[in-house]
Amino acid sequence: MTLDRDTLLLAYTMMRRIRDFEERVNAEFVAGHIPGFVHLYSGEEAIAVGVCMHLDATDYIGSTHRGHGHSLAKGCDSKRMMLEILGKAEGLCAGKGGSMHIADLQRGMLGANAIVGGSPPLVIGAALTAKTLKSDRVAVAFTGDGGSNQGTIFEAMNMAVVLQLPAIFVIENNGYGEGTAVEYAVGAKDVAQRAAGFGMPAVAVDGRDFFAVYDAMAGALARARAGGGPSFIEARCARIHGHYCGDPQAYRSKEELTQAREVHDPIVGFRRRVLESGELTASELDSIDRLAAEEMDAAVAVAHAGSTPSVEALYTDVYATY
Amino acid sequence: MARTSFRQALNDALRSEMRRDSSVVIIGEDVAGGAGGTGTDDAYGGIMGVTRGLVGEFGRARVIDTPITESAIVGMAAGAAMTGLRPVAELMFVDFLGVCLDQILNQAAKFRYMFGGRARTPLVIRAMFGAGFSAGAQHSQCLYSIFTHIPGLKVVIPSSPYDAKGLLIQAIRDDDPVIFLEHTKLYDLEGEVPAESYTVPFGEAHVLREGGDLTIVALARMTHMALDAASALAEKGVEATVIDPRTTSPLDEETILESVAATGRLLVVDESNPRCSVASEIAAVVAERAFRDLKAPIRRITAPHTPVPFSPVLENAYIPSSTAIETAAMELARWS
Repeated sequence: MTLDRDTLLLAYTMMRRIRDFEERVNAEFVAGHIPGFVHLYSGEEAIAVGVCMHLDATDYIGSTHRGHGHSLAKGCDSKRMMLEILGKAEGLCAGKGGSMHIADLQRGMLGANAIVGGSPPLVIGAALTAKTLKSDRVAVAFTGDGGSNQGTIFEAMNMAVVLQLPAIFVIENNGYGEGTAVEYAVGAKDVAQRAAGFGMPAVAVDGRDFFAVYDAMAGALARARAGGGPSFIEARCARIHGHYCGDPQAYRSKEELTQAREVHDPIVGFRRRVLESGELTASELDSIDRLAAEEMDAAVAVAHAGSTPSVEALYTDVYATY
Repeated sequence: MARTSFRQALNDALRSEMRRDSSVVIIGEDVAGGAGGTGTDDAYGGIMGVTRGLVGEFGRARVIDTPITESAIVGMAAGAAMTGLRPVAELMFVDFLGVCLDQILNQAAKFRYMFGGRARTPLVIRAMFGAGFSAGAQHSQCLYSIFTHIPGLKVVIPSSPYDAKGLLIQAIRDDDPVIFLEHTKLYDLEGEVPAESYTVPFGEAHVLREGGDLTIVALARMTHMALDAASALAEKGVEATVIDPRTTSPLDEETILESVAATGRLLVVDESNPRCSVASEIAAVVAERAFRDLKAPIRRITAPHTPVPFSPVLENAYIPSSTAIETAAMELARWS
């Protein structure tokens, strides 16, 4: 597949922004500045970017507990995300959600979701809205390999096929549900093959390869926009960090971790490919790196300067009216 | 005003709101009468016939038959609600909450708070509940205390055809997730129902009967049991006030407290199991806020802490009876 320069620059920019965001979140967590749990997306950037670059601002995505990458790729503001992760009043969710509940409904980001498998039923609801209102929008459900075993996604996939909804199921198979390997936890031969049994096109791609994800998503999107019903993409990838921030990952071998960090890094792979092909120059990419670093340094600074929520906020936003 | 059944009142509410607002859709098993079979259209209208005739007027794009897949029904409805529709999802029996609780508890109920007040989830989940049909332990529960416990949900439990219509219209227009519970024994109950559209507000109890000797609070079918008991008590010189809260979240505490201030005696009647129940909650509110008004201990008449049995003999023993209400009320009235 050949992509134009603007697309390549944008893809690299988005992946680099996600990585820089996550590495700063990691540092802030280690420094004790972030309350609660954090799950980092590093190593999976090619998937969020390869999928979301096809989407319009009005399309929908539903995310997972590992949702920072999806949020940035869908257009959420890095400063307001970092404010949220640090529990500040100016955060995207006013400090009431945190890392696992970042949402930005105006940008079609229907929420990170701290329940594994919680999102797919909601996403097909967004797809039902699109179909009912004939809006031409599509809805993408990001789920992990762990979530791929939940009954909720089976129900959502069946419903999407029965009602022919413009939904796309993207499974980010990073090899582990917490500390349990896919080889143990998925009874079928593979996740995509199992999904095909629900009656929709299902493909498995290398989720560390932006081009492979982007290509697969192009097909799924065209099908959804044309009223052809749901599709399924399994994107195989590897976590660079553990299940959670601070996870020592003793369940993975040193060799496997080294491979994930040094050989299969999707951003390193992208960079190597576009430099070898001559499509982009090192100075262009270095410039993107600098801008991303500056943006995320600023996000951290803004987040630290943010205000803590007033205690009165505890009681608000439970209901629209009561 | 015409005499209308509870079932027809619900149907009227759905029809009038679907005519008024094209974003209202109905989602559930057999709500369009079943799909894909070899027989006639609209054979069912939902298992209790509440949605009968709606598919003929609004079509299958708005009256959406689904597989039996409660997590997807409720989750899809919640996702549709947060993106611009006003879905009315039918869970059929409230007992089926057991297969989709996450989508209610962790998803729909939490969006607004979790997302800092930026979500709006105008979702109605209808379900029938209650014992009395020998339907057994998995088709006869009340369970409203579970929903009432969850911040973010509103819980509506009508006792009359008039309230059924007005509360359902209110529920559909409401911008929060509403659990709307219909007692199976009330579907054929008839009452006066205006033909035009109207709403009954949430959080406003209905005082069904006024009397100075004690206050009886009851929900749904139990309001009718309580009124029967109150009539029998009146013949013995004891006058009871009977209050139907109509919604358990929000709960109209003030009307209950005002009545207890006047009577000094409270009996709560609840078809639900007793522990952590709505009856317990009402008793706690009165104990905390009206202790000095009380002339007698608060009493609860509830089902026992057992599943709902199948055999009619056992089921009749399970359901609070008007006789039990009358006996307890008389004890309270004479307590000193």
